[in-house]
Amino acid sequence: MVGIPQTPGPPLSAIRIQQLCKTYDGIAVVDGVDLEIATGEFFGLLGPNGAGKTTTLRMLLGLTPIDGGQVEVLGLPMPEGEREVRKRLGIVPQFDTLDPDFTVIENMRTYAAYFGLSGATVQARIDHLLEQVNLNDKRGARINALSGGMKRRLTLARALINEPEVVVLDEPTTGLDPQARHHLWRQLRQLRASGVTLVLTTHYMEEAQELCDRIAIIDHGRIIACDRPSRLIAEHIEPWVVTVGGSEAGTAIEQEIGARDRAHQVADTWLVYTAEPDRLRERLRARGLEPTLREADLEDVFLKLTGHELRD
Amino acid sequence: MPEPTSTWLPRPSLRFIAVWRRNLLVWRKLLVPSMLGNFGEPILYLLAFGYGFGRLVGDLDGMSYMVFIASGIICSSAMFTASFEGMYSAYTRMAEQNTWLGMLATPLTLDDIVFAEAIWAASKGLISATTILVVAAVLGLVSDARALLALPVIFLAAFTFGALALVITALARSYDFFLYYFTLAVTPMLLLSGVFFPLQELPNWVQTLALALPLAHVVEIVRPLMTGSWPASVWPHLAVIVGYGAAAIILATALIRRRLLR
Repeated sequence: MVGIPQTPGPPLSAIRIQQLCKTYDGIAVVDGVDLEIATGEFFGLLGPNGAGKTTTLRMLLGLTPIDGGQVEVLGLPMPEGEREVRKRLGIVPQFDTLDPDFTVIENMRTYAAYFGLSGATVQARIDHLLEQVNLNDKRGARINALSGGMKRRLTLARALINEPEVVVLDEPTTGLDPQARHHLWRQLRQLRASGVTLVLTTHYMEEAQELCDRIAIIDHGRIIACDRPSRLIAEHIEPWVVTVGGSEAGTAIEQEIGARDRAHQVADTWLVYTAEPDRLRERLRARGLEPTLREADLEDVFLKLTGHELRD
Repeated sequence: MPEPTSTWLPRPSLRFIAVWRRNLLVWRKLLVPSMLGNFGEPILYLLAFGYGFGRLVGDLDGMSYMVFIASGIICSSAMFTASFEGMYSAYTRMAEQNTWLGMLATPLTLDDIVFAEAIWAASKGLISATTILVVAAVLGLVSDARALLALPVIFLAAFTFGALALVITALARSYDFFLYYFTLAVTPMLLLSGVFFPLQELPNWVQTLALALPLAHVVEIVRPLMTGSWPASVWPHLAVIVGYGAAAIILATALIRRRLLR
């Protein structure tokens, strides 16, 4: 073949997934997923519990055998390239896997050794990372003495020990207080700014909206929407949400709702998705109700696309 | 990228050493209780049985009873130590602490981890056998330097017992499960493999059963080496130990893969 001269360099896509499938006991948990994540992008993978997020991530990391389709990470096919890929990846798993028999610093050193890293360079890197996540004064502390937030920060610091090109985070902020979450967000933004590709799953929509360049919503093993957060909102949902509560609200909304508005009941509160909120609010006020108004956000898109039913 | 020639044969890399070192570092922290279990208990057996029974039994196979069981207890302690490590400790790392899951986020593969655990179990078996050998030598129960040749055999045997224990760990849903293996495999081996009395005292069918299991073969090699003679044969016994070890590490890796990487 007469080749066009190719310049060696990083592939444009950090991650490329084609027609990915995974079946457990005859049930397709991942059912034909296509994804392309660009180098340097901050990508969010959202979906209800059991939608296939974690299974997709696990196949990406070589931790689950692929039943169908292709996965390429940093230009290497998975799972054949798992060792090489994981050398260049940082992984923050959903559940802590810190070593309770070790102190903070020992955890860092041992983890570095798994990458074959040791010596003075690594020691300097460990110092720098512990500094970054505010754990420098906890170096000698045992893991059981750390708070949930500290453990997450240590997990992140540990995942960065190999200066990864891609960082994969599976629900990194679950169970954190707002302060700890904001601290973690700042770390992630810094990584993004330094050119690292980030892949995040989360159940917090404002987190995804805040951080991610692009978001895919996955349900029943399929990608049902994939775009920038602002475009997902613009495309999938009315711009305004009128909220009203009380026993009268149901009948009032039934009678006052515009032809193109959508109403939805959550417990004893009604949500009306609308492009013309002013008219509706006036009418509801005239009936003695107290409607509130807010802009539609990613959570509204998510609930519209994946439904309001509980998932277990 | 080398294509995997087979998916069932484990292909560990030298990276396993990092996992082995991790276990060593933890062990160093818990040195005292760990040594008490792996070393103190067999020494108690040695002294109690040796002095207590020794007078009643007199000489066995041309040696004092104390000398006889010292060479047996070295083998059984390696079995116990490696089995414990491959079950209770490995299970804790696999299921309770998610240590292996953490390792799988690095360039380590499952093959590296399972192999490292078996080598670590072998190392612990070797450590406890060595300490007992030292005590036995101090008590004058070891004939000559040939006893040192027993140590590589002990290491190999402990690898086999560690790998067998990892098979059980792969199938375990809780710590209680290990009692089956101890009661149905480890204790019968301890009693029937010539540790406390010569195998020849037992009915033929029991001897056949004992020789179908690895510990009797370990004793057959180690006892002569410790008591100043050469084993009548080495290779057939080694073949059984290696056969069990190879089958166990392959099976353990496959089962743990099926359990963790599904």
